[in-house]
Amino acid sequence: MSERPKHLFLERQSYRRRRLIDLIRMCPVIGGILWAVPLLWRTDGAEQISTSDAVVYVFLVWLGLVLMSAFLARALRDGGDADGGGS
Amino acid sequence: MGTLNMLVFVCLVYVAFLFLVAFAAERAAMQGKGGWLRSPIVYTLSLSIYCTAWTFYGAVGYAARSGLEYLTIYIGPSLVMVGWWWVLRKLVRIGRTQRVTSIADLISSRYGKSNLLAVGVTVLAVIGTTPYIALQLQSVTVSFAVFSDAYDASVPLGEQESNALLVAAGLALFTIIFGTRNLDVNERHHGVVMAIAVEAVVKLFALLAVGVFVVWGIGGGVGDILQRIDASKIGTWQIEGDRWATLIFLSAAAFLCLPRMFQVLVVENDSEDHLRTASWAFPAYLMVMSLFVVPIAVVGLDLLPAGSNPDFFVLTVPLATGNNGLAMLSFLGGFSSATSMVIVAALALSTMVSNHIVMPIWLNSNFGGATVSGDVRHVVLLSRRISIGAVVTLGYLYYRMSGGGTALASIGLISFAGVAQFLPVLIGGIFWRGATRLGAFAGLTVGFLIWAYALLLPSFGTGTLVSEALLAQGPLGIGWLRPQAFFGITGMDPLVHAIFWSTLLNALAFFLVSLGGFPSPVERLQGAQFVNVFEHSGTPQGWSGDLVQSEDLMIMAQRILGAREAQGLFEREAKRQGMGGVLPEPSPDFLQVLERELSGSVGVATAHAMVEQIVGGASVSVEDLMAVADETAQIMEHSSQLQAKSTELSRTARQLRQANDKLTQISAQKDAFLSQVSHELRTPMTSIRAFSEILRDTDRLSAAEQTKYSTIIHDEALRLTRLLDDLLDLSVLESGQVSLNMQSGKLDDLLDHAIATALTGSGQDSLRIRRTRGQEQALLRTDLDRLSQVFINLIGNAQKYCDAETPELRIEVSQSNGQMTVDFIDNGQGISKKDQAVIFEKFARAGVQRASGAGLGLAICREIMTRLGGTVSYLPGQGGAAFRVVLAGQGQLAAQ
Repeated sequence: MSERPKHLFLERQSYRRRRLIDLIRMCPVIGGILWAVPLLWRTDGAEQISTSDAVVYVFLVWLGLVLMSAFLARALRDGGDADGGGS
Repeated sequence: MGTLNMLVFVCLVYVAFLFLVAFAAERAAMQGKGGWLRSPIVYTLSLSIYCTAWTFYGAVGYAARSGLEYLTIYIGPSLVMVGWWWVLRKLVRIGRTQRVTSIADLISSRYGKSNLLAVGVTVLAVIGTTPYIALQLQSVTVSFAVFSDAYDASVPLGEQESNALLVAAGLALFTIIFGTRNLDVNERHHGVVMAIAVEAVVKLFALLAVGVFVVWGIGGGVGDILQRIDASKIGTWQIEGDRWATLIFLSAAAFLCLPRMFQVLVVENDSEDHLRTASWAFPAYLMVMSLFVVPIAVVGLDLLPAGSNPDFFVLTVPLATGNNGLAMLSFLGGFSSATSMVIVAALALSTMVSNHIVMPIWLNSNFGGATVSGDVRHVVLLSRRISIGAVVTLGYLYYRMSGGGTALASIGLISFAGVAQFLPVLIGGIFWRGATRLGAFAGLTVGFLIWAYALLLPSFGTGTLVSEALLAQGPLGIGWLRPQAFFGITGMDPLVHAIFWSTLLNALAFFLVSLGGFPSPVERLQGAQFVNVFEHSGTPQGWSGDLVQSEDLMIMAQRILGAREAQGLFEREAKRQGMGGVLPEPSPDFLQVLERELSGSVGVATAHAMVEQIVGGASVSVEDLMAVADETAQIMEHSSQLQAKSTELSRTARQLRQANDKLTQISAQKDAFLSQVSHELRTPMTSIRAFSEILRDTDRLSAAEQTKYSTIIHDEALRLTRLLDDLLDLSVLESGQVSLNMQSGKLDDLLDHAIATALTGSGQDSLRIRRTRGQEQALLRTDLDRLSQVFINLIGNAQKYCDAETPELRIEVSQSNGQMTVDFIDNGQGISKKDQAVIFEKFARAGVQRASGAGLGLAICREIMTRLGGTVSYLPGQGGAAFRVVLAGQGQLAAQ
């Protein structure tokens, strides 16, 4: 693979695939940021977040991540199985 | 008591069912019908062994105590799975190409196939996992007790203990039967995987059933439950940020590093494609698993009397409301969680213990030489079975000794923090080629020491292993070494403190020692293979198999892989080499394949050692190869230096040759020149001598004759003088010693002067000059005398050589791009192509000798123009002889 001549530009399909993989790579980052939001919540005082709201928030993030990953996994499969190179 | 008996009966039926499932899966796999066994769904479900009894029972208890903090345990793995492209994909690829059998195997293989490292990792994994196995046994036992408490309080404690023992024995038996049926771990344990997949469904279904019952059966739907949540004691967000972030990190790290997770994630993985499905399906599973935890906890807190153990709300809530069937299902869910974890953990640990501790010891004590005595295959299986027994027994003993009672979750977290110490070594190993074995040792040692000192030992309770004084003042009164306040930083949560310092110092030690050390050749090879696993998936191991007997290898392989498998492998390889028969040539390729096959059974390090033993003296170790490679590299470097030098030499030689050629050419030119000059000098000299002799020797010469002869002598002498002048002029110009006399003047004046001078002494009709005066008004700054000399020469040539009826010379001036062109074009027949090449050479005369020139005129013109920064050249295709004089830009001239 390393002996394959490196092309400066990729054809459209490969280019799309690379960007798709970029998005897949970003998934945990997005999830991590969204799940880091509770770090900003007050743990005392009058403006405390109620647990029910927190539950709804955390699980919505979860659902969003699952759906996004499922969509991306499907897109990746439909895009063929060519290896996208090292990580 | 009847219900308890019922419970035992249901348990037995369930276990029998699991046996059946595992057995059927094994059979299907063996008959090659097991396509559905390798579906991504089964893979995803098998990952659910992450959710142990700790999840099933403990999460509710955790939520009842600390609110939503339990979610961190599931958020971490979800992030890891969603980010599969970063780490898991690489781990799985490495696991498949390197035939890795466990996390210890992976780490040892990465760091130069070091068995010592594997032993270390194995021991640490056992230390980290044993409490966890104890936890599972405890949960099963207590869940039994919960049932019996509810219905028959008179069950003696001894029976609980025997329950635990029974469970432990049953689990060990199951693991031994389905976990050590086949030796090659890469053939995968279809039975076990299928069974835990089924258990995954059972526990999910059970928890969902309890959750649905709690929300819609006891509570009044979602809205009501949300209100109840806010009204309960965990109704507000009370989680400290540091714990939230640290625990997410911890669970993510543990997800990657737990031996049992590594087993199902990497070792049992059939195809990288499965990972793609699991990347979203497993987070979804975790999400659903944790969905009803808070409702169950809140309802349990409401419903049950204060002081009841929240860890078993999942059981006690249905029991308290009289739903025995649901309670039974819930019990089965918890039972499934516990058993699947113990089975896989025992399997993973036994593989490690057997491959890295038992087998090396056995091989060392029993291997006399190249031939293996005894059935190694049997020994490996036996050692693995014993290891399974030992691991489960260890868990049981820990349970007996600890006596249970500690909140389940805290044991779980301590265990997580222990195995998380593998993380820097693992991640560093697959992403950083500079990571070394010593660095790995250093990191693991530091990490585990801190973990044990700051977390494990204090967890047994103050005053047992860690005294009050040590906790308060530090060892020997050294304050900054206090187990829960390193460097005097107090106020951190003890768990966060331990995780923070152990992971940080672990990574730091790993990094710094790696930086300072120099890895051995094998490490460097393996490092490159691991880090660049996507670029090349082969292993360069370099056996030189010329002297190896294939038969010996066959004997050994049969004993490890089994006769049929080994013969199949050898035959396949022989066919691949294009040979008939069963025994292939022991080529390096074949040895590599063989070693990899063996490593599936006994681990990378052992397989390497075994092949090495058979191959014996004929083996070329990687060290040797690397040494050779090093030498080769040096030689290559040396030779490339030599080559550079020789290139330089040949360049110099070429330059010398060119210089020599030029000198030779110049010498030839000089000879030609001299002979030309002497010839040119001799002709007039001959005339002068002849006529002067006539004048001297002839007495009766008439005055007219005398005049005539002396005129000839005079003319010839003039011609000689002119020739010598020209020569002198040329030599001055060529040597570059000429000094230019820069003046300003107008071009048309210059041309007037040149024409007048050139045509002096001949009839004005001999050459008609046609000029375009309009173009000639340019102002020049150059050596006007020299330029005029060139013009005179060119005009004189036209006059001398133009052979037209009415000779005519056109002088055309044009200016462009800062340079001025003056063309002299006559209407004669021009200069032949052959002569065009030489007319600017010295003594070259075009065509017939018609005039008295010495042939130096154009040569002088060229030299002059070169000095003036311009050119003079022949301009072909103008209908007659044409010369073009180009004067470079006036700015450039002015600068000279």
